[in-house]
Amino acid sequence: METILPLIFVAVMGLSLLLYVILDGYDLGVGLLLPLGSDKEKDVMIASIGPFWDANETWIVMGVGVLLIAFPTAHGIILTKLYLPATIMLLGLILRGVAFDFRVKAGDHKKAMWNRFFFIGSLVAATAQGWMLGSYITGLTGSTINTVFSILIALCLPALYCVLGATWLLIKTEGELFAKAVVWARASVLPMALGLFLVSIATPLVSSVIAERWFQLPNFIGLMPIPIASVIALGLLAVLLKRDVEHLRKTNPVFLFACPVAVCVMAALGLAYSIFPDIIIGQMTIWEAAAHPSALLFTLYGMAIALPCIVLYTIFIYRIFSGKATELRYD
Amino acid sequence: MEFDPFLLSRIQFALNISFHILFPTITIGLAYFIIYFRVRFTLTRDPHWEFIYAFWVKVFALTFALGVVTGIVMSFQFGTNWPGFMEQAGNIAGPLLGYEVLTAFFLEASFLGIMLFGKSRVSNKLHLISTMVVALGTTLSAFWILSLNSWMQTPAGFMYENGEMIVDSWFEVIFNPSFPYRFAHMMVACLLTASFLVAGVSAWRTLRGVDGPATAKVMRVAVFAAAILIPTQIFIGDLHGLNTLEHQPAKVAAMEGVWETEKGAPLTLFGFPDEETRSTRAAIKIPKLASLILTHDLDGEVRGLNEFVGEHPPVAPVFWSFRVMVGVGMLMLLVSWVCAWQLWRRERINKWGLRALFGMTFSGWIAVLAGWYVTEIGRQPWIVSGLIKTADVVADHPPGILLTTLVAYFTMYSFLMVSYIGAVFYLSSKPAQSLLHMHNYDLPGKHPEDRAYTPNNSK
Repeated sequence: METILPLIFVAVMGLSLLLYVILDGYDLGVGLLLPLGSDKEKDVMIASIGPFWDANETWIVMGVGVLLIAFPTAHGIILTKLYLPATIMLLGLILRGVAFDFRVKAGDHKKAMWNRFFFIGSLVAATAQGWMLGSYITGLTGSTINTVFSILIALCLPALYCVLGATWLLIKTEGELFAKAVVWARASVLPMALGLFLVSIATPLVSSVIAERWFQLPNFIGLMPIPIASVIALGLLAVLLKRDVEHLRKTNPVFLFACPVAVCVMAALGLAYSIFPDIIIGQMTIWEAAAHPSALLFTLYGMAIALPCIVLYTIFIYRIFSGKATELRYD
Repeated sequence: MEFDPFLLSRIQFALNISFHILFPTITIGLAYFIIYFRVRFTLTRDPHWEFIYAFWVKVFALTFALGVVTGIVMSFQFGTNWPGFMEQAGNIAGPLLGYEVLTAFFLEASFLGIMLFGKSRVSNKLHLISTMVVALGTTLSAFWILSLNSWMQTPAGFMYENGEMIVDSWFEVIFNPSFPYRFAHMMVACLLTASFLVAGVSAWRTLRGVDGPATAKVMRVAVFAAAILIPTQIFIGDLHGLNTLEHQPAKVAAMEGVWETEKGAPLTLFGFPDEETRSTRAAIKIPKLASLILTHDLDGEVRGLNEFVGEHPPVAPVFWSFRVMVGVGMLMLLVSWVCAWQLWRRERINKWGLRALFGMTFSGWIAVLAGWYVTEIGRQPWIVSGLIKTADVVADHPPGILLTTLVAYFTMYSFLMVSYIGAVFYLSSKPAQSLLHMHNYDLPGKHPEDRAYTPNNSK
C-alpha cells in the first residue's frame, strides 16, 4: 500500500494538470484571441466558453490540491520557490475571472475596458504558467540558463493555448467568425510547433537528469513513439488547416481540436517520463514526499466516488451545451 | 523601517482571506434566497418572481466569480506563504481541503453553468435542481473549510507517531468540539448577510421607484428573514461563546478584556486594553455581567489574561473586533424588527426605515469580518491551538517581494471592490424586467407556453 498510494495520487495529479492545460487552455486561448474579434464576435467568443470556464479552472485547484494532500513537503517547497510566478498567475486569473462577469454587468460603457482586462488576464496567466513550468522542469534552481529556459516556455505556452482556443472556436462558431478562427489557428500553429521543438531540445540540455533518462539506448528507441506521435498530430493539423475555409466548414471540427489535444497528451507523457519517480527533479521522489498512508487512504475513498461523478456530470454538461454558440445566450 | 517577513506574510494572508470571505458569505446565503424565488415563480407563475429571480441571479453570478478567483488564491497561499503548516498538519488539513475540491468545487462550478446559461436547454425541473445543487455545493464548501478551521482552533482525533500527526478518528477530526457551533454561526451569518444585502438593495430600488410590486415582494422576504435570523444568531453565538470559554479561555479573556481571573466578573462595554500596563483604561463596566453571559451564572469564574502570559492573543484587536461584531448585530436586530413591525402593521416601510436598510446593505460583511478577526486573531500566537505556532511555519521570502505582491494584491482588490459595488448598484438601477433581455440570461422553460409572463411597466 505504501508504494502504490503515492503512485495513484501522482497519476491523479498529472491527469488533473493535463486536463487543466487542455480545458482551461482553450478558454485562456479564447481570451488571448479576444482582441482580434469584432464587438459582436467578442460576445460569441465569450459565450462559447461561458458555461465551461469555471469548471475548467477547477482542475488546477485539483492538481495543486492533490500535491498538497499527497505530497505536503513537496507542495511547500515547490510553491515557495514558485512564489512570484504563482502570484502573478493568480492576479491574472483573478482579472480574467471577474472580467468575464463584469463585462456584461457593469454597463455597456465599461464593456471595452473589461474586454481588455479579459485579454490581459489571460495573457498574464498563460505566461506565468509557462514560467512556472519552466522553473519546475529545471529543478527550481535559478541559474541564468534556467531562467532563459523558463522565459522560452513562458513565450511558447500562450501559442499552444491560442491553437487550442482557435480550434475550440471552430467547434463552437459559424459564419464570419469561423473563417477568422481558421486564420488564427493557422497563424498560431507555427509558433506553437517552433516552441515545442525548442523546448524539446532545450529540456535535456538544461536538465542533465532528464537527458540521462531519454538518451540511453533501449529507452531512447522505446520512447520514440512520443515525439513521432506529436509530430504526426501537429503535421496533420497543419495540413488540415491548409484547406480552404468552405472545405473546413464541412470537416468535423472536433477532429481539428483533437490534434493539439493529442500534442498536449504526448507532451504530458514525455514530461511524466522525464520526471518520474521524482516529485522535485533530482531532489525528492514521490515516496519521500508522500503524506502518511492513513491520510492518503481516507482521501482515496472519497476520490474513488467523487472523481467518476465529476467526469460524468462534466460530460453531461458538455452535452447540454453542445453545438454552436450564438451571441451571449444559448437558445 | 524594517519590514519583517512574518508580519508581511500575515498582513498578506489577512488581506487575501478578508477579501475572499466577503463573496462566499453572500453566495452561500443568497443561493437559498434564489431557490426560494425560483420555487415561488414555479408555483405561482407570477412574473414578479421571475424578475426578482433574474435580478438576483445576476448579482449571484458576479459575486460567485469573485469568490472563485479569490478562493484559488487561498488554495495556493497555504503553500506559498505557510509551507510549514502543510508539512506539520498536512495529514489532517490536506484531506479536508481535498474533500472540499472533490465534493464542492466541481459541483458548484459545473452546475452554475446550467443555472446561468442553461434555461432554454434543459427542462424547468432540471434547471431548478441545478440551482439547488449549486446551493448544496456552496454549503458543502463551507462545511469542509469550517471543519478545518475549527480543527485548527480545537484540534482533536489524532495522535503523534514518530513526531508526525496521524489521524485516529476522522469523525473526531471533522466533528471536532467547536465545529457544530462554528458551522451554525457561519451559515446563519451568511443568510443574514444575504438578507441585509437583498433588503438594502430593495430599499434603494424602492426609494428610486424601480419595479414597485416586485421590489415590495422581495423586501418582505428579506426583512422577515432578517428579523427571524438575527435572534437565532444571537442564541447560536451565545452557545459558541460557551464553547470557546471551555476550549480557548485565553481568546475569551481577550474578547472581554479581563486581565485578572475573578468570580462575578464585570462586563466591559468599552475601554482601551493596554498590554503594557496589563489593564483596560477608561473602562465602562457592568458588574457581574461577563460572568452571567459567559458562564450563565452571576458568580461564575472567568479566567484572566494574566494566566496566559506569552501565549494569549493581542488583546486590543480581539476586544475591538468583538465589540464591532456585537454592535452590528444589535443594529441588525433593531432595524430588522422595526421594519418587520412596520410591514406587519402597515404593509409598508417608511422612508427612514428604507434609508436605514439601505445604509445596512453591507452590514453583514462588517459583522462577518469582525467575527473572523475575533476568532482568528484570537487563536494567535498559534496556527493550531496549543500545537503549532504561526511564526514557525512561515515561508522565508525576501521582504521586498512580499511587499511588492502585497501592494499588487491590495491594488487589485481595491479596484475590484469599487467595481463590484458599482456593478451591483448599476444593476439595481435598472428595472428587473429589462434584465431578462440583457445578456447572459434566457427565459425559463423550454416551451413558449411555459413563459407565462406579462410585461409589467411599473416604472
